[in-house]
Amino acid sequence: MNIPSNLKYLPTHEWVLVEGSKAKVGISDFAQHALGDVVYISLPEVGDEVTADESFADIESVKAASEVFCPVSGTVTAINEDLDADAGLLNQDPYTNWIIEVEFSALSDKLVDAAQYEKICNEEK
Amino acid sequence: MIDLLFELSKKGSNKFSMPELDVPEVSVSAKRGTELDLPELPEVEVMRHYTALSRLVHGVEDGPYPLGSCTMKYNPKLNEVTASLDGFTGIHPLQPADTIKGCTEVLKLTHSALCGVLGMDAVSFQPAAGAHGEMTSLLVMHKYLQSIGQTQRTKIIVPDSSHGTNPASAVAAGFEVVTIPSYSNGMVDMDALKAAVGDDTAAMMLTNPNTLGIFDKQIAEMAKVVHAAGGLMYYDGANLNAIMGWARPGDMGFDIVHVNLHKTFSTPHGGGGPGSGPIACKKFLQAYLPYTELDYRQGVDAEKSIGKVKAFHGNFAVIVKALTYILALGAEGLKDASGKAVLNANYLFKQIASLYGEQYRHCMHEFVVSASKAGDDYGVHALDIAKAMLDEGIHPPTIYFPLIVKEAMMFEPTETESKESIDSLAKTMASIFSVAASNPDALHAAPLKAYIGRPDEVKAAKDMKVTAKF
Repeated sequence: MNIPSNLKYLPTHEWVLVEGSKAKVGISDFAQHALGDVVYISLPEVGDEVTADESFADIESVKAASEVFCPVSGTVTAINEDLDADAGLLNQDPYTNWIIEVEFSALSDKLVDAAQYEKICNEEK
Repeated sequence: MIDLLFELSKKGSNKFSMPELDVPEVSVSAKRGTELDLPELPEVEVMRHYTALSRLVHGVEDGPYPLGSCTMKYNPKLNEVTASLDGFTGIHPLQPADTIKGCTEVLKLTHSALCGVLGMDAVSFQPAAGAHGEMTSLLVMHKYLQSIGQTQRTKIIVPDSSHGTNPASAVAAGFEVVTIPSYSNGMVDMDALKAAVGDDTAAMMLTNPNTLGIFDKQIAEMAKVVHAAGGLMYYDGANLNAIMGWARPGDMGFDIVHVNLHKTFSTPHGGGGPGSGPIACKKFLQAYLPYTELDYRQGVDAEKSIGKVKAFHGNFAVIVKALTYILALGAEGLKDASGKAVLNANYLFKQIASLYGEQYRHCMHEFVVSASKAGDDYGVHALDIAKAMLDEGIHPPTIYFPLIVKEAMMFEPTETESKESIDSLAKTMASIFSVAASNPDALHAAPLKAYIGRPDEVKAAKDMKVTAKF
């Protein structure tokens, strides 16, 4: 299981990469594996407000439709449009293929580091 | 691939003689502008086509069909006999009411039987199937809440074990969905429910027993909590087969329910025919039910009613079939069917639990096992096991649902299977697991006997073609 150490994670399997005042958000390798082949993702729009620990997107895989929770609060400044054309990119590389970029005002207090996240994944396995 | 009738069509090949015309002739093309492009084939070719198609599928008449949450019970042939009677097929819903008394009697009898089984006061037969019944019920609740000035009630609470259609119907009806977690035993987390309710709660949607096949014993308390907050209780009747004749949603505190006649009351579904998802409610919601032209019920209020959701009384022939089943079994028979459905599920669960490395625990009409251990031990997944079952002439269980169980496999044998049939099913599962241990690649390659092996599921979901150009 691939868990990059430079990222922070939500126990619901989303990652966040903070770069100054902006944060990129995606789903973890564990999440894409559990979902199976991803078919669609419904993305928010640039300018939308997102709230930490609340759902900001839905992912549909061949197994199920699932919500994606936001690790930060703030305003969406970019969305990964490649995912509109091919949501399967999330299976190929869930870390290169971020989902949204947020100008954030606050981080979720549920975020954990890579080591703690690995423990969570092992418990869920 | 099998050719479509349109591709097999040969102009002029379906010769038949029509009775002499006794009304003025109207040219079809003059009205339509173009000729209707219908396929032309001799009767025998049409029959060969459909018989060939029927050989490619698996029905409950081919073998066990333990597809969880779908209640694929056998549909007695008597149902087809009654539904084919001239008095039911040779009529039009707009003909004078006193010429279709047999049909209204069917509706009355079914109405009273459903009220009896559900513990409700009024029924609308309009919804075409389960999810349509959910949607209609949500619209009824919405109209009711509006009429009593509770417009701020915009939220529908569902547990994380709910059927996927529940949150989907709620969103389609304009509500917001609040999902609450379950305890590890599969029952609703009461603290989470208490925290979730408020003056924005419109209703809670629940199926009991839930998708794990567990009867949530806290139901009376849940209803109390939701009602105290001013919300309504909605019962998803998908799992009614587990309690029919033993317990009634109306007595558990539910205000409105939908029931799948095609599941619980033995009418064809799953590609076999249209469904029927009547909704039933307590008296205070009755006026909000869909309006019908020929309404034998009293108290339908055209102002309050949400209006039609389908023509007349929905899929009427399905109601005839369901009533036939109800009358053939009688009250004791319905109760017995439900009891045997639960017994069969427990008997199968007890026999196959250890294959999955699980402990048998009491269940209702269905149970969920996880193929996670098979994945760790042999590298085979729920999908591989399901595909291998196809080769053995058994329809697989529901897989990857409910979402709260990893690698879920959800079995519902129904009361249809005999003890011998379940013994044989359990034996087949054991042999599939022994192949998983000795030759997992054989399972990865399954099915070998099915017409379509492993379709590209991503492509099927993304690039589905549901029309053909002729």
